This record gives sequence, structure tokens and C-alpha cells, in this order.
Amino acid sequence: MTRPGPLLTVRGLSVRFLMPGGRRIAAVTDARFEVAPGECLALIGESGCGKSVLASALLGLLPANTETAGSARLGDLDLLTAGERTLARTVRGRRIGLIPQSPAAHLTPLRTVRSQLEETLAELTGVRGRAALREAAERAAQRAAFPPDHLDRHPHQLSGGLAQRAATALALAGDPPLLLADEPTTGLDRPLVERTVDELRRHIEADRDRALLMITHDLAAAERIADRVAVMYAGRIVELADAAAFFGTPGPRHPYSRGLLDALPDRAFTPIPGLPPELGDLPAGCAFAPRCPRADTSCTELPPLAGSVACHHPVRPPVPAATPENARA
Amino acid sequence: MLELRSVTAGYDRRAPVVREASLTLAPGQALGLLGPSGCGKSTLARVAALLHRPDAGTLLLDGTPVRRWRHRAPREQRTAFGVVFQQPRLAADPRLRLADLIAEPLRATGRRDQIPGRVTELAEATGLTPDLLTRRPHEVSDGQLQRACLARALVLRPRILVCDEMTAMLDASTTAALVAAVERYRRETGAALLAVGHDRTLLDRWCDRTLHWHEVARSRADAPT
Repeated sequence: MTRPGPLLTVRGLSVRFLMPGGRRIAAVTDARFEVAPGECLALIGESGCGKSVLASALLGLLPANTETAGSARLGDLDLLTAGERTLARTVRGRRIGLIPQSPAAHLTPLRTVRSQLEETLAELTGVRGRAALREAAERAAQRAAFPPDHLDRHPHQLSGGLAQRAATALALAGDPPLLLADEPTTGLDRPLVERTVDELRRHIEADRDRALLMITHDLAAAERIADRVAVMYAGRIVELADAAAFFGTPGPRHPYSRGLLDALPDRAFTPIPGLPPELGDLPAGCAFAPRCPRADTSCTELPPLAGSVACHHPVRPPVPAATPENARA
Repeated sequence: MLELRSVTAGYDRRAPVVREASLTLAPGQALGLLGPSGCGKSTLARVAALLHRPDAGTLLLDGTPVRRWRHRAPREQRTAFGVVFQQPRLAADPRLRLADLIAEPLRATGRRDQIPGRVTELAEATGLTPDLLTRRPHEVSDGQLQRACLARALVLRPRILVCDEMTAMLDASTTAALVAAVERYRRETGAALLAVGHDRTLLDRWCDRTLHWHEVARSRADAPT
């Protein structure tokens, strides 16, 4: 399969929070991935593993006490070194649309959905004039399957699903090539999760120049939507894989990914023993080793992300495929 | 044994959220209650746990009709239940360290002498490490806080455990760990479980029997689709 050049290229992205007393929290370490047009990459992992910090870093929304390293290139622009002015005027909403975790909290409670959509459209697009804006808002609502007769409602009058669609309509308003969805399905019930991810998927299929980076801990949602998955553990990406191979056969290769899938109620339903490590106090070697059934002495050394998996002894796929990576494993 | 007969409940008598709901939870049984969000299942769970007074209907706990709810309920009825809610942040006093959070019901019922032993036991049962017990809720993750909320629900050794969307905010591994902790407790004590949720796969795997909302209650006439 040939892919067009990536829309977003992340290399060596690290984020450190500097805490009082000189403590440093390693929220993201050496993240490396790409997102191609027409593709959905799901970034999965337990809560607190650094997924949302990574998203905030891409949008320049980190607090002042952070230090970043590496690069995140969106076309010719490095998001990590771009100034606030550039990010505010050319990136947020225009080149990256954010679909937030709790849409009800993201929307302004005092104003109707219509007024927020019109404001966003006036800011991001060339549309001017009341009648034209009104029409553009209705078109934007329709694109996100938000019912036009609910446009004059306030956020508290919307169900969780409709609030999600209103937030999606806002994210799509500036027609950004990259959509960044941060836990878009948390707290929604299963049918609504499925509808939400199907709708997100539709926005990628409708316009093959657009890409979606979805951050989630909901593995079923990721399986439904993603082309590729990136698994994050303790601030590092430990596995990058094709979604069909990851969720189907041969399955994931990193023991952590395997543990996550085995925890699902339609699989073994057994938890990974122990708790994730503190990001302020990470071990020197593999951060997963204390919870890993395959750990041995080699794990005191940090495994690099070699090929698609960062592990000294990844799970071998049941059918031995003769690639140089798993021949070594 | 817990029986709900024709329970109608809500927050406005003119528009009840739950209409004529009936269900029976046998001793030791694990019953799942499945329904979409907004159907009224959390309200019914609150009635079942004596936390919300119904407008009509009867609730029998081991054959005895329940006449008082919340803090007015007699202690031996109130403490028969352990409850875990969906959002641990809203269910935890932000000022308490996790050890005090878990011990709160022991303190409230004058069993301070049991605190050190029970807290250690339950921290282990729910997978909380000792260093987490001295932290306050804002210093731990949602998953860790929910572990503490489950420990608190088990601390008085309830005969009936009500879990209202206990795992809706959690990742797969924490979900499996909390369900395993509940099941270990139930094996040891024979407690019954009412698990309310919207995830059929999870409830089918977890419970002996899963009822859908429409098998339990009358649908609201004015409910949106």
C-alpha cells in the first residue's frame, strides 16, 4: 500500500513538567509517529499515561511549567517551536480541529449552539453578513449531523450525544486537515460510542485529505475506527501497529498491549497485575517490567522502539512471518 | 434478599423518572441491569440502595418493608448496602487521604478499632499500594480513586453491593481488576450484586443474569425515542 506523505510527523517529542522542589514529571518521552491523510491513528493507553499531554503539546496548550523537546511537523510548520501568535492565528481551528473530551464543558454555557457556530465561522472563514452566517452555521451543523432545529438550544439542553456533535461541528468549521479527538467517547453509552466514532470515521472517508488522531482508552472504539494504533505506556509509545493485525491476528506484540486486550470482557477479562508507575519516578529500564510476565534481567535496560515494538522479548505472532524484526525476537 | 415492587421514583412527582419498576435480587445473586443513558437506571439503583425515597411502591429487604431512606434508615438496613458510583471524583471528599476515605464508614459507625486492619486488608484486595493511601484524591488517577471507593463500599462487609456504572470512566485493565475484586469479595462473603450499566458485553460476562431496563420498568410516555 502506498501512502501519501504524512500530514503530521512527530519525532522525539518529550514533555517534562517542572514541579516545585525540582521534581520533574516525564509525561511524554521520545514519541515518534506519523499521521497520513485519509488515515485514523488511535493513541491508546491507560489513564495517566500521557496521551492527553501529547495532544495538548500539539496544540501549544501546555502550562507554563513545561519543557518540550523534539519536533511535531504539520506540513512545513513545527508545532513545538511555533509562537502563540502563529498557533492562534493559523493552526488552532484552521489546521487542527480539536474534538474535546467533555463537549458539555467545552461549549459556552451561556450561549446557544447557533451563536457559537456563527462566531467560529466568522472567525475562521470568510463568511460575512447575518444571513450568510446563519446559512453557513446550518450547513456546518448538518455536516456533523447536528439537528438544525436544536441550534437555538443552550448546551445544558443537549444530550451527551448532541453536545458531542455540536463540538464536532465547531471542530470542522474551519475545515482543518487534521482532527484531534481527545477521549471523544468518555461517559457515552455503547450505542452512542459507536455512532460517535462512525461519524468521526465518516469525516475522514468523506475527505481523503483529512486525518484523525484519536486519543482514547476505549479499545472497542479504537478497534471500530482506527487504521493504525499507537500504544502508550508511562509516557512512551511502546507499540505502533496496523489496527486489523493488532485487534485480530496475529495480535499485538508488546506484552502490555496484549495485557490490555486480555482485560476486555469479551476476551480473558483478566487485569494486568499491579499499577502503572508514577511519571515522576520512572524506573531506569523498561517501565512495564514490574508488571510484565516476560520480564528478565535484560529489562533493566530501556528497550528502543525497534521497528514497531519497544520490548526486549515481544510476543511472537503465532504464524511466523519472515520479517527481520520478529526473526530477532 | 431485596425486592422492589412497582417502584415509581424521580425528582418531580409529575414526571417520574422510574415508573413501576420491579425486580428481585436473591441472596448471593449477581444481577445486571442494562439500559441506555438517561433511562432512569441510576435513580432506581439509588432507591435500591436506600439513597432515594421513591414516590410509590414497596421495597423489601429480607422480607421487611423499608420505611425510611437515607440517614433516617435504621443502621442495620443502611449498612447492609455498599455502593460504588460512576464518578469517583464526585463520590470522594477531596480533603480526605485515601486511607481515611476507606475508613470513613468504620468511623461513622463507631468501629475505629477495626480501622488499621480493615484498611490494610482492603487496600490489598483492591490493588492499592501503601504509598497511595497517604495521598488525597487530587494526587491519584481516576482508576486509583475508584479502587479506594470500592474499598470504602466493602469496609462494612455489606450483604448487597450496588455498582452504578462503576467502570464507565475506566480503562480495560482497571475495569477487569475492579470486577475481579468485587467477585473475590462475593465469593468470600456470599454477598449479592446489583450492577447497573450500559455495556452488555461487560454485564453478561460479570453477572449471573442481565435484565434490560424495559423488562424491569415501564417506559416513560414522554421519553425521547
